Amino acid sequence: MHIIVPIKQVPQSSAVKMDPVTGTMIRSGSAATLNPLDLYALETALCLSERSAGSVTALTMGPPSAAQILKEALSMGASRAILLTDRLFGGSDTYATSYALSKAIEHIGSFDLIITGERATDGDTAQVGPGIAAWLDVALVTYVSAINTIVDRTMEVERLTEEGYQAVRLTLPALISVVKEIAIPRLPTLRGKKRAMNTPIEEWDARTIGADIGKIGLKGSPTRVVKIESPKVARTAEVHIASDEDSMKGAVDRLIDIIEEVYHG
Amino acid sequence: MADVWTIAEVSGGVLKEISLELLGRARTLADTLGVRLASVALTSHLNEDQVERLAASGADVIYLGQDSTLEPFTVSAHASALMALVAEHSPQIILAGATTYGRTLLPYLAVKLSCGLTADCTDLAIEEGSGNLLQIRPAIGGNIMATIKSPNHRPQMATIRPRSTPLPSLDYSRTCTVCHVPITAAVHNPTHVLGLRPFVGQQRSIEDAEIVVAGGKGLKKRDNFALVEDLASLLGAEVGASRDAVDRGWATYPHQVGLSGKTISPELYIAIGISGAIQHLAGIKTAKRIVAINNDRDANIMAIADYAIIGDLFAIVPLLAKRLQERRKTQ
Ligand SMILES: Cc1cc2nc3c(=O)[nH]c(=O)nc-3n(C[C@H](O)[C@H](O)[C@H](O)COP(=O)(O)OP(=O)(O)OC[C@H]3O[C@@H](n4cnc5c(N)ncnc54)[C@H](O)[C@@H]3O)c2cc1C
Ligand SMILES: Nc1ncnc2c1ncn2[C@@H]1O[C@H](COP(=O)(O)O)[C@@H](O)[C@H]1O
Repeated sequence: MHIIVPIKQVPQSSAVKMDPVTGTMIRSGSAATLNPLDLYALETALCLSERSAGSVTALTMGPPSAAQILKEALSMGASRAILLTDRLFGGSDTYATSYALSKAIEHIGSFDLIITGERATDGDTAQVGPGIAAWLDVALVTYVSAINTIVDRTMEVERLTEEGYQAVRLTLPALISVVKEIAIPRLPTLRGKKRAMNTPIEEWDARTIGADIGKIGLKGSPTRVVKIESPKVARTAEVHIASDEDSMKGAVDRLIDIIEEVYHG
Repeated sequence: MADVWTIAEVSGGVLKEISLELLGRARTLADTLGVRLASVALTSHLNEDQVERLAASGADVIYLGQDSTLEPFTVSAHASALMALVAEHSPQIILAGATTYGRTLLPYLAVKLSCGLTADCTDLAIEEGSGNLLQIRPAIGGNIMATIKSPNHRPQMATIRPRSTPLPSLDYSRTCTVCHVPITAAVHNPTHVLGLRPFVGQQRSIEDAEIVVAGGKGLKKRDNFALVEDLASLLGAEVGASRDAVDRGWATYPHQVGLSGKTISPELYIAIGISGAIQHLAGIKTAKRIVAINNDRDANIMAIADYAIIGDLFAIVPLLAKRLQERRKTQ
């Protein structure tokens, strides 16, 4: 079973600061990591491939520094790592990103399953996975929380919805996005780290994958960010110190008033 | 001029609230543009009273596709029905809920229609002059608000965060045209839904709940988490949890609030023994009211709370439960 896992480099959430004057984001150069939700996709892929003597290819589109997250994927146990990098990809929205990744996946050739994270913690769109499935015309099941069985080309999974856990049967090839509940990501081993050092990262550009230049980068992106601003987040709390019986009663009764207000609109 | 569309969501034959919220929001857009507002409902069967609710919430047109292959939802069935409808009517805007349904269907559809899509918007407006849809959404854990548009592609598409707008008031005197949409089942659907295992002990998902009572590491151990659960059931609220509480097994993942859990917008969020790490706050920035119960005056959660009780949760929460019960008895 050949599984492809698209992974993304994201800024470390605690490292993102806002410039109070311009209202833009300051991403400190070094503080980038593997999207934490992609660890669950990698773990799921590694478990499946171990069971079926398969292989896992990690794929990312990003700047040259994104090679670092591919090293991480290799040291966890991925067998192949591909970095899709080209100035021409800059400014891609989810439409252009899912197009580029789908072209890269076509260039890889055959696969049985693509596993993405639920969403990336920076853009927070959860759109790239379903987009790739649409470009490639494969089965799509999102929010997968468990894989129950795989028999030949048929997989039975559970997905987490607002109502509960839905059981779905799907035919491969397919793309699934997975939620945190599906697995506990392994830590890289020493052996894995050694193998990662010896495994070259394949670098591909727009030409390698035969991408239509009109569909990638800023030019190929239907959406435009026209404004970015910092919302006024600071709320001033009404603070009650509950240190003794009386102050606690007062604080609790005031809270009950607030709760009643919610009930009565 | 091209219409504005919303995609309704149906569960067990009943419209989900998001379907009506979408109409409330889109009504303003359609009026600004001077065009009709249509709601698309794809389901196995929708009763007359539910159809009337869509009309009363603001729909001028209802495209109703009723077929057994449309329920439970699969992407290929819903996307192919919508692609045919869009090809026939060319709407200028399509809105759906930022739910597991909308966040699966719309990104797939957007690629098939060669259109842009903005995720999880909390506000929408029409740009003066151009008539473009301005799509406003939080990004980077709610630390920034981005305004996004898609000037050269139609339809303009967006998913809208549930509970980010009030329900519209119902007006049953409105007139509305119902168009029945013929559904041709796909020859081969690669996905097939086998069944649903509903959540136990939870009436609604935390995204839909009006009040969420959440607990964190301050509760110290699993048994104490019952304080949170009991308060929630007393209030008819749902239970939320910080990642630390979920990692310790005090609550399951569907209850996790924050960057790697759920983003919610309840009327009231009560955080008990939660410090308010930036990743946790990312999930509650659009809550209407935030209450913190914490013994640390300087906890991060205070920066975002509207009401805070500084003290020992093990004394405060039981007293709160007791006083609530007392007050209910006397009413
Ligand atoms: C990539 C990433 C993603 C993450 N995603 C999430 C996420 O989605 N959701 C999330 O919640 N976290 C997330 N985290 C973790 C987050 O950084 C915090 O570690 C976590 O939210 C802390 O949980 P807590 O508030 O329950 O625990 P603590 O931070 O330990 O807070 C416990 C609080 O309880 C108070 N307390 C203790 N005893 C009492 C008492 N007797 N009475 C009253 N108050 C008391 C303390 O003062 C303290 O404020 C993420 C972290 C990373 C790195
Ligand atoms: N640039 C990228 N390179 C590789 N995979 C990506 C990229 N962007 C998104 N993904 C994948 O798509 C998922 C959803 O991302 P997003 O739509 O950005 O929230 C992520 O969890 C990744 O698995």
